Amino acid sequence: MIELITQQPFVSAIIALVILGVPFGALLGFAAVKFKTEGDPIADQVEALLPQTQCGQCSYPGCRPYAEAIANGEAINKCPPGGETTIHALADLLDVEAVPLDEEHGEENIKTVAFVREDECIGCTKCIQACPVDAILGAAKQMHTIIASECTGCDLCVEPCPVDCIDMLPIETTVQTWSWDLPKPAEVIATDKNSGDEVAA
Amino acid sequence: MRKVWDIHGGVHPPENKEQSNQLAITSAGIPDQLVFPLSQHIGTPAAPIVAVGQKVLKGEIIAEAKGFVSVPVHASTSGEVIAIEQRNIAHPSGMAAPCIVIQADGKDEWIEHSGIEDYTAVDKAELLNRIRQAGIAGMGGAGFPSAVKLGTRDDQVIETLIFNGTECEPYITADDMLMRERAEEIIAGAKILKHLVKPTKETIIGVEDNKPEGIAALEKAAQGSGIEIVSFPTKYPSGGEKQLIQILTGKEVPSGGLPAQVGIVCQNLGTTVAIYRAIQFGEPLISRITTVTGEACEQNRNYEVLLGSPISHLLELSGYQQKKASRLIMGGPMMGFTLHSETVPVVKTTNCIMAPSAKEIPPPTPAQACIRCGMCAEACPVSLLPQQMYWFARGKEYEKLEAHNLMDCIECGACSYACPSNIPLVQYYRASKADIRQQKQDAIKAEQSKVRFEARQERIERQEAEKEAKRKARKAAAEARAAGNAEAGKVDAVQAAVERAKAKKAATDPAQVAAETAADPAPNGDAAKDAIARALAKREAASSMTDEERLLNAVKALGKRLDKTREKLATAQAEGSDTVEILTETLAKLEIKLVDAKQAYDDHQQKN
Amino acid sequence: MALFKVTSPHATGPLNTARVMQLVLLATIPGVLALNWHFGWGVLVNIVFASGVALAAEALALTLRKRPLGFYLGDYSALVTAVLLAVAMPAYSPWWLIAVGVGFAILIAKHLYGGMGYNPFNPAMVGYVVLLISFPVEMTTWAAPRQAFSGEMPGLADAISVLFAGREAIAAFAVDGITMATPLDILKQNNSLLIEDLWQQSPVFGQWGGLGWEWANLGFLAGGLFLLSQRIFTWHAPISMLASLTLISALFYDGGSSASGGSPLFHLLSGATMFGAFFIVTDPVTSAVSVMGKIIYGALIGVLLYLIRVWGNYPDAIAFAVLLMNFAAPLVDYYTQPRTYGHEPAHKSGDE
Repeated sequence: MIELITQQPFVSAIIALVILGVPFGALLGFAAVKFKTEGDPIADQVEALLPQTQCGQCSYPGCRPYAEAIANGEAINKCPPGGETTIHALADLLDVEAVPLDEEHGEENIKTVAFVREDECIGCTKCIQACPVDAILGAAKQMHTIIASECTGCDLCVEPCPVDCIDMLPIETTVQTWSWDLPKPAEVIATDKNSGDEVAA
Repeated sequence: MRKVWDIHGGVHPPENKEQSNQLAITSAGIPDQLVFPLSQHIGTPAAPIVAVGQKVLKGEIIAEAKGFVSVPVHASTSGEVIAIEQRNIAHPSGMAAPCIVIQADGKDEWIEHSGIEDYTAVDKAELLNRIRQAGIAGMGGAGFPSAVKLGTRDDQVIETLIFNGTECEPYITADDMLMRERAEEIIAGAKILKHLVKPTKETIIGVEDNKPEGIAALEKAAQGSGIEIVSFPTKYPSGGEKQLIQILTGKEVPSGGLPAQVGIVCQNLGTTVAIYRAIQFGEPLISRITTVTGEACEQNRNYEVLLGSPISHLLELSGYQQKKASRLIMGGPMMGFTLHSETVPVVKTTNCIMAPSAKEIPPPTPAQACIRCGMCAEACPVSLLPQQMYWFARGKEYEKLEAHNLMDCIECGACSYACPSNIPLVQYYRASKADIRQQKQDAIKAEQSKVRFEARQERIERQEAEKEAKRKARKAAAEARAAGNAEAGKVDAVQAAVERAKAKKAATDPAQVAAETAADPAPNGDAAKDAIARALAKREAASSMTDEERLLNAVKALGKRLDKTREKLATAQAEGSDTVEILTETLAKLEIKLVDAKQAYDDHQQKN
Repeated sequence: MALFKVTSPHATGPLNTARVMQLVLLATIPGVLALNWHFGWGVLVNIVFASGVALAAEALALTLRKRPLGFYLGDYSALVTAVLLAVAMPAYSPWWLIAVGVGFAILIAKHLYGGMGYNPFNPAMVGYVVLLISFPVEMTTWAAPRQAFSGEMPGLADAISVLFAGREAIAAFAVDGITMATPLDILKQNNSLLIEDLWQQSPVFGQWGGLGWEWANLGFLAGGLFLLSQRIFTWHAPISMLASLTLISALFYDGGSSASGGSPLFHLLSGATMFGAFFIVTDPVTSAVSVMGKIIYGALIGVLLYLIRVWGNYPDAIAFAVLLMNFAAPLVDYYTQPRTYGHEPAHKSGDE
């Protein structure tokens, strides 16, 4: 028997492979059970990067569904509130090319906060039902108001309002929130400003 | 001679202090109008407690502290409040902020005030309250409320109390002159603070060795007080709180921590004198020593100036020539910021007004490429690698910036000073720090929103589930009853008829039904029987209103909305209102919805 | 007066990049003079011609990249690259050799990577290596030093003619024995003689590091010390390189047998050691940045230099040693981030 094996390299190779394969297979099987991951870590990581405005501009009903969609291969450039920053963070995480924001889903605007013009409000509660983060206070036939610190600026309350009394106000810079901008690219000087954009880094 | 430590890096810019330390401190007098920003300190801005037209006395509180980290604002002379409005203030942004404006009456009439005869007889809380009520905030630069800083927790043992007489910024001599002329007051204030903080080991006044007169005056005044005057080699930025602590004690304040964590409290000299005056005489902080210097001013010297005085008042006194100045700086040439207007007022942190000529401070030259020469890293007092952080800041690589400890940067400007390529490194770091902070805040907010969103989802689901459960329960009850009724035969026929009538009524008024469903699943006041009956009726109504009808209704409703919007758009266009764009958009959306609804309706009809 | 918004600090230090580059150029003078004295006018002719080519190449690259000429030419960086490369090349090199080397250094090694400050490799050394690999004969025919020159030293006019016409056309170069292997080369080829005998046999070894070479090295050492005194760079990288070179050559000296790699003094004063230590290793753009990083960077260059000189194929090893360490500089940086004030020791950039 041994002789047969040693004289038949083909047979010996197969036997060797089987002998190797069995323990490794077992090991892999064991590892798969032992280190089984709960849930979908990619979707969780993606979700952590999304701005959680729950605005639905990506066409998904909230940030979690979009995160799951991204984990399944959806484009990463459908989140206007997150803008460039989020796209870059997602590109880094998923190791894909950063692409410009998909204009179809809206443009990256300055941050806003909703504001109810209170004397016009009729107390219909429609905006309260639309608000994804419960940032609107009020009751039927009572004036509503927005908890500005909880508002994500998602815009979803504007359309349902029958009397159009909700404005999206840009968040203004105050002395307290002001900060320096990055300087203009270092090597760009007065005579060079027009070609500044094509400066190769 | 006491051992002093050395800090890493540092630079030696020309000191330029002799221009302004030749003349004695003099009073700047009372300007016509004084402007008091509500936020002259770190923390919550003070809240005004005076009204326009109100007369105020010198030393009267015109805005009170709001919250723990805050201090009140006092009128620095007597007069009338003429406005409470947005005014330009001394801030790098050049933005306006709420201020109280007072027209001086020239009488300079004090409000009644009194000091504490023996501060050792008063408890700590009372002393701290006095300091807070006197509006005292760190006068060296940042303006952190002194009472907060001094109110160390009882379990935190303070070993060393340090007074910062370093004044390492070139040109500024306010503390230098204070030491020369008011050494007794400094020592008296130091004694009060020593009593307050109770350092277990030592009390030190640290002074750079380029102020021999000041050191001599302090040493004379401090004899027998147990306060040690320590001088150390002049180097910028030795006067940074963390740097001074390292120089005097060899200890380092942990990253992100406070000096109290290593048993140290640090105080500015000007603040010390202010505390002395507040405790001894009950005078609030209403004036300070400010250096006016630079070649664009004929006379460089230090003034005792009332807070709220516009800097144009000081510049006038100094023979300021606008044409000669290359810029106006509040603070020194290393850490000061440029002013955008000469009307901004002097505040608690204004230690220097600098009007340099173009020869002293030339206009900024365009930055050249970074050649990574490393002179910045050699100059950095906290051992960062500025040249690396510069690349990361340009690439907005915030994680790497944090890993390179950007947040430990004290923005002293030594790196930019040393940079042969004139790169505004500090601006890169300031912008990046702000961005990182913003990102962190956004992350916190996102997390909050997520929690709220999930809570809402959960609540909606729960409500649905509850509704479903109730519906099932009612159905079961109704069935049981129906079974009973069948047995009872015709007895209940009448009741059934009544119910049917009710149901019909309900069906004719679907809006009411909907409202009832939405508003409250269990209307109050109705007996259980009624409820069951109504539920049955509702179901009937719902089933009687077929899908077809619902779809048709939707189409009709949309049509109505569309018409309304069109009307609005027409009027908006006629008026040239700026809502035209929004309305046009809405109209387009509605049209799409209408088409969809019609499609759904048609599909449904075809199917049947 | 403009009340404009600029960030602090408002004061700026006395140094600027152009001044740094000027000082570097100034500091090459003693070494260049020594080279010129010993190897003839060819050295200066090389430098002048290389500078011209460099300025032209820089101007071309800037024009193509739509950058303002005056602003960027004024930083002297192209001149520094040209001078460093020309000094490293053999005297009396033909014009095309210099043009190819300088052109490659400026256009490819510098501007293709984004210009000054962005180049990962030292442009002068890239140019040198390209030439050494592409034209090994031209790059290793060194003129004999003055003391060993068999004919009359060629004059300035001859040197200029050589540049354009080639060595064959000029009478002064027709004589045999005007070119000679460098001491490093001879030592490398030696496998039978004791070092002492070798020294006696070849006059070219001079007193310590080779005729002419030792003086050029001392010249560059002087220039380097001048730059150190001006605080243009710190002592860490060059001193650590020289120290590691001394150490490793002492370790393998074995008393001067025929297999010996040469004495530490020989290595310090031969070839381009001092030039490399103070003018190439200290190139800030391509070296490590932290103090510890610079020490490691310098020390490894010293070791590589010795390894390549003694056991490698190129006795003029400085360019290879530097380029190899240019590769490693980011890694060195990664592991040598200094401890920031208020932080625990041994903090690595990747630890968070």
